[in-house]
Amino acid sequence: MQIELRDPKKIMKLKRLGSFHQSKLSFLRSFLREFNSWDYKRELFELDNDGYGVAVYSFKKEQRKYSLVCFANKLDDNERSDRVIATKWDASFTLYDGIPTKRDIERLSLNVPRQEIGRMTYKELTLSRANKSMRAFNYVVECLSNGSQPSTKKLSEIGYLYRTTAVYGSGKFGLADRFRIKNRPEIHGPFRLEMMLVYFVRQFTIDQVNFISKNKNPRKAVELDKNIARSLGIGNSTGLGMAPFIVNHPILLNNWILARETALKKIREIKDVKQEDFNYFFECLKNSINNINTWNTDSDYQKEKIKNLKIDLVKFIKYLEQELDKKKEYLFNIIFNWVDTNLTEESIEYAVSLFLEPYNEIVDQLTPTMSADEEKFFNIPVERKIEDLRVIIERNYTEILNIDFNEDKNIQNFWFISKNKEEPRVANRFEEIGSELEQPLAIARDVKSLYLRIKNLKNSMTISRFLADNNDLRHAVRRVFMIEKFPYSEIQDNIIGSELMPIDMLRLKLSFFGACKFDPRSDKWLRICMFQGAPLPEELKKFKDNWIYNSLN
Amino acid sequence: MRSFSEIETISKRASRGAGFSWGVSEEIGKSVRLLEMFGLPGILYLKSYLERISNQNFQKITLISAENISNNIPYCPISVGVNFMDQTHNLEKIDKINFSNLAYPLLAVPFLSRSSEIIGKKILLNLENFKFLFNYNQSIFSNFDCSLITKTSKFLISFNQNEDSFDKMTWDTLYKISQKTFVDETESSKQTSAGAGLTDND
Repeated sequence: MQIELRDPKKIMKLKRLGSFHQSKLSFLRSFLREFNSWDYKRELFELDNDGYGVAVYSFKKEQRKYSLVCFANKLDDNERSDRVIATKWDASFTLYDGIPTKRDIERLSLNVPRQEIGRMTYKELTLSRANKSMRAFNYVVECLSNGSQPSTKKLSEIGYLYRTTAVYGSGKFGLADRFRIKNRPEIHGPFRLEMMLVYFVRQFTIDQVNFISKNKNPRKAVELDKNIARSLGIGNSTGLGMAPFIVNHPILLNNWILARETALKKIREIKDVKQEDFNYFFECLKNSINNINTWNTDSDYQKEKIKNLKIDLVKFIKYLEQELDKKKEYLFNIIFNWVDTNLTEESIEYAVSLFLEPYNEIVDQLTPTMSADEEKFFNIPVERKIEDLRVIIERNYTEILNIDFNEDKNIQNFWFISKNKEEPRVANRFEEIGSELEQPLAIARDVKSLYLRIKNLKNSMTISRFLADNNDLRHAVRRVFMIEKFPYSEIQDNIIGSELMPIDMLRLKLSFFGACKFDPRSDKWLRICMFQGAPLPEELKKFKDNWIYNSLN
Repeated sequence: MRSFSEIETISKRASRGAGFSWGVSEEIGKSVRLLEMFGLPGILYLKSYLERISNQNFQKITLISAENISNNIPYCPISVGVNFMDQTHNLEKIDKINFSNLAYPLLAVPFLSRSSEIIGKKILLNLENFKFLFNYNQSIFSNFDCSLITKTSKFLISFNQNEDSFDKMTWDTLYKISQKTFVDETESSKQTSAGAGLTDND
């Protein structure tokens, strides 16, 4: 049986993309699978009694080495801020290509804690900073130093000891350009080095909390129980900075979604689903309920989604246990069709993620396809004709062509880069200044303008001739030719309209990272947790890939 | 040292800031990155040109021909570069293309390099007394001294017709040396080592 890929016009709607969940394809999970054969070592741990100082962690395999260099600094409580405008943090980190010398560490100590205003070199691969969760960190120190373990219930409400507030890579602030390292096989998956940084940071937070507790009360202190340590992840506060990324990297976005959709298609096409595979899926589903029950948020928007997800999952489990004939062929296709008809978008995408769990061979083939060489498709095929352009637009932007951009509500927002922090922002065009400096993210509006511009032109006119007089729409022409080859490259929504929910864009990206427990703090930023339940570094050589459903939380 | 990613981003933003459209600014970002990667002073040229744009007019070009003359106002190198790249498929039919009165000519250079890749032909540029050979966007061979040329009356482009850079005798000599890796065939190896039978047209 041949199953079609799901329709991009349906899947690429922002509301749907904002319902995506982590899956076996997520980058933090594929990172762990890739690096489980590497040797982990804590190279250096020079902290004072209060936990301030330097630490270095490394992964080695054959001749290749990567090291995380951590700087933990004293920070007054009133200086702690997760916002991007902050200039000081509890800790700062860089991933170094190799093992740093003392001289390297000295140089890094002058730059890494300064983050955006420091300078990195081609030897540094990623850069980040993090703040303590004061609720969790101090509580754990208190418990451990008094000889007791912290309450898992209390910790599960938070889920981490530190929150990162930004993770930079790909040439930012002098970091290594992607082209220098892109041919290394171990990073043939997106954001591998960013994931490595976050994973090491998690270990540093556990080591630091143990170290401080021990120094606070050397005779009585105990180490954090391994099961509790494993159930802690790393938090992350994410604002709008991430949103334009998925618009600015259309081919990468396509490759992420296409990998997921291809996996779903292949699974639906399996004629004889092995009973053990169904059982594995069902076990993951049931175990995952615990993650949902500990998913806390104050956001009414997310609360409603979680409430419906919980209701749906009860229905879903009942269907699988009582109504589904498990002897039928194409079992996952039957289940998918039921899910697609009976559940909400949040739950449909939850189920899709779970379908992938039993199928290592499908996922492992698709993981390397999730990177993109976007340079290859940058040049516009100028020898093609206006007719081609028109056909591609009509075929791929059907709903967008129906939007009336003369109505204020459809152009209410504009995206811009703030002067003080050089970070993306979104504002009301009719209330704020600066819309003339709008970033080129209003793809829907610009593609519609392009469509209207070419409406009365001759079909036989070349794109080259068209551009000679219409270079103001060059960026839109480029994108239209991209979507022809990459059907999932474009968000099928108007991201400057009044109904825009920017956090849907953030969640899409974060779900591919492997984040859980999305906690929107407004419509423009959210908190998440990564690596919660993941094996600790010394457990990496043998761990189960379904760890994400087996956390204490 | 600035990363190439930073170079591309700042070039794109600065170009937009100076009034180019986003699509063209993206092209400039890529092109300045290319110049810097090939060791040419792209950032210096872009900065100098964008500073001038605010108080001086530059001539835009739409359709490029063999002889492009702008008597009073110098041509904009970006407009020349972008349009040259867009029209390369037509322009390669012309033997030589010249631009007289072109401002900051180095900024048009990366577009020629990219054009060389697009049409799969080497392109030769004579700029004042300097020569540039564009090799399918893989490298730029040049005797350019990296000086800042703000205006030129000689920007002469010609397409290399994919001819060998060596003569037949040179090739044959090299071929003879390469034959030293071959083994002479014997009567028996002729019959058994090729795989197919002696009659393979039955």
